[in-house]
Amino acid sequence: MTAPMLAVFKLASCDGCQLTLLDCEDELLALAGQVEIAHFLEASSNTRPGPYDLTLVEGSITTSADAEHIRKIRAQSRFLVTIGACATAGGIQALRNFADVEEFRRTVYARPDYIDTLATSTPVSAHVDVDFELRGCPIDRGQLLEVITAFLTGRKPDVPNHSVCFECKRRGTVCVTVAHGTPCLGPVTHAGCGAICPAYGRGCYGCFGPSGSVNLPALIPLLHRDGMDDRDTERFLHTFNAATFAEIEEKM
Amino acid sequence: MTDSPAISVLDREGLDALVKTLTTEGRTVVGPTVRDGAVVLSELASADQLPFGWGTRVEAGHYRLIPREDGAAFAHTSGPQSWKTFLHPQREKLWSADRGADGQLSLTAEQPEQPSYAFLGVRPCDLRAIAIQDRVLTGGHYQDSGYRERRSGAFLIAAECTEPGATCFCVSMGGGPAADNGFDLALTEVVDEAGHRFLVRVGSEAGAEVLSHVPRCQADVETQTAARRAVDAARDRMGRAMPPVSLRTLMGQSLEADRWDDVADRCLTCGNCTMVCPTCFCTTTEEVTDLTGDHAERWQRWDSCFDLDFSYLHGGPVRSSPRSRYRQWLTHKLSTWYDQFDSSGCVGCGRCVTWCPVGIDITEEASALHDELEARLRLQEQAEQQERTEKVQ
Repeated sequence: MTAPMLAVFKLASCDGCQLTLLDCEDELLALAGQVEIAHFLEASSNTRPGPYDLTLVEGSITTSADAEHIRKIRAQSRFLVTIGACATAGGIQALRNFADVEEFRRTVYARPDYIDTLATSTPVSAHVDVDFELRGCPIDRGQLLEVITAFLTGRKPDVPNHSVCFECKRRGTVCVTVAHGTPCLGPVTHAGCGAICPAYGRGCYGCFGPSGSVNLPALIPLLHRDGMDDRDTERFLHTFNAATFAEIEEKM
Repeated sequence: MTDSPAISVLDREGLDALVKTLTTEGRTVVGPTVRDGAVVLSELASADQLPFGWGTRVEAGHYRLIPREDGAAFAHTSGPQSWKTFLHPQREKLWSADRGADGQLSLTAEQPEQPSYAFLGVRPCDLRAIAIQDRVLTGGHYQDSGYRERRSGAFLIAAECTEPGATCFCVSMGGGPAADNGFDLALTEVVDEAGHRFLVRVGSEAGAEVLSHVPRCQADVETQTAARRAVDAARDRMGRAMPPVSLRTLMGQSLEADRWDDVADRCLTCGNCTMVCPTCFCTTTEEVTDLTGDHAERWQRWDSCFDLDFSYLHGGPVRSSPRSRYRQWLTHKLSTWYDQFDSSGCVGCGRCVTWCPVGIDITEEASALHDELEARLRLQEQAEQQERTEKVQ
């Protein structure tokens, strides 16, 4: 039996999520023993053509070239997993979805005519079918290994859908909202990071995006109570997962 | 110091000697201490780590530490943890399996040596919560062996409640601030002109044995009276109360209440109430495999009825709406728990009220359900009355 072929691709992104794969230092040799790393430009310029058994995609679609690229990637991937906030939610660059991209182009670039870009930043799932979405900015290395391991074993990955509060309580972190009056997005944010920020006394800023069960109208009055005005609240919700939180706000 | 009178008095040095004695016996002493702006439960190396001089001010969704001039160590209300953190830990390995070179599987049950705990400062509400978890996790046919071992080896030092908080309602749940049984030693803290001291009562042979190594005085009448008064006064100072009706019946008659929609609008479904609850015991299992696929492990971890995944069957969650999940929690806690475990699942510690970020108050919800039921029954009665009147005419 030949080893499954693993490929890693990137679209509009910072490379941080695929770096997480290289960051699996202790498990990297074991992983290389189980899969053939066929395409992973951050690690090696030596690539093999598809089809691939497991493809990890980082980044969002921000150009027509990206849109074309992801269709080609999908066509040669048996199992496609998006990794990180950009690929699953459009990323921080989805802030453009709420602004005038033409104006950015004129203001920012000396030669706007060199810039070919779309008006929106969209997740991979808006363009092709995705088999699994891994959240986070960046993703958690434990969850990445869980997804790869689950794929190799042929089982469902154990990636809970609940809030960051579960993780705070499990690790014994004192609630920063209840005990300190700190604004925190933990109650509406997808678990996965291990509740890092509250463990260091700051509020969760939602880098894993909305949890499976979000009640923003119940949380927003708390943010106001704890010192955030409307503008602060908007900025709090409009970061790495701006588009997905905005989708929920629209339904409010 | 070889005799062990049933009631004696310790000073602060005596309390420290108690911790040292337990530590010397090889026990892991766990008790309240201040960390990150709250009184948390943590391993203690010395009694000095107790929250001397710290009290708490709590409200629904609100918790603050406040300094106390009297230097008391046990004058705080429930923090975000309970003893289940230690007896029923959030994640525990159950077994592992390995596939050998010949393809044969071998299973290994996880049987680690469990710590021998001594819990210092267990509130009477938490003693009752431990008794409830005992019934849940070791009472039936399927016992949690890890819990059973940790629990049977645990030495419990109760601290009677003299400072209930604004979210406390143990009295209305049939409990109270006094520790009656279920402890090895019970302390009652007294701070007055005569000094800072702890009345100690012995609740078991093990308690008497440990106490025999600790310097102490015979209990004087003044200390006993002051201790009794403080505990009696606490009984009348509960910040909240459940409606004085059968909650078991109330929940059973409220399954279709409108109030569930109201609470669902406010509920974050974040799961905090179940995580801080000292009796909530639900877990899920986690199957872990390594990259080779030749090693697998099964872990148990805390879960919650507020988690969508918790009721996930093939195709989707059974309780998808926040209404259904909040209703499940409350009706189980206050009603169907009787059917399963022959008691209520609530001891009135107030943690779920304090640590709910949006301050949903279980006593207020129960009262609202009661009011709604009363109103519905009144309307029904009026309608029946009218029907009877019309028939007569």
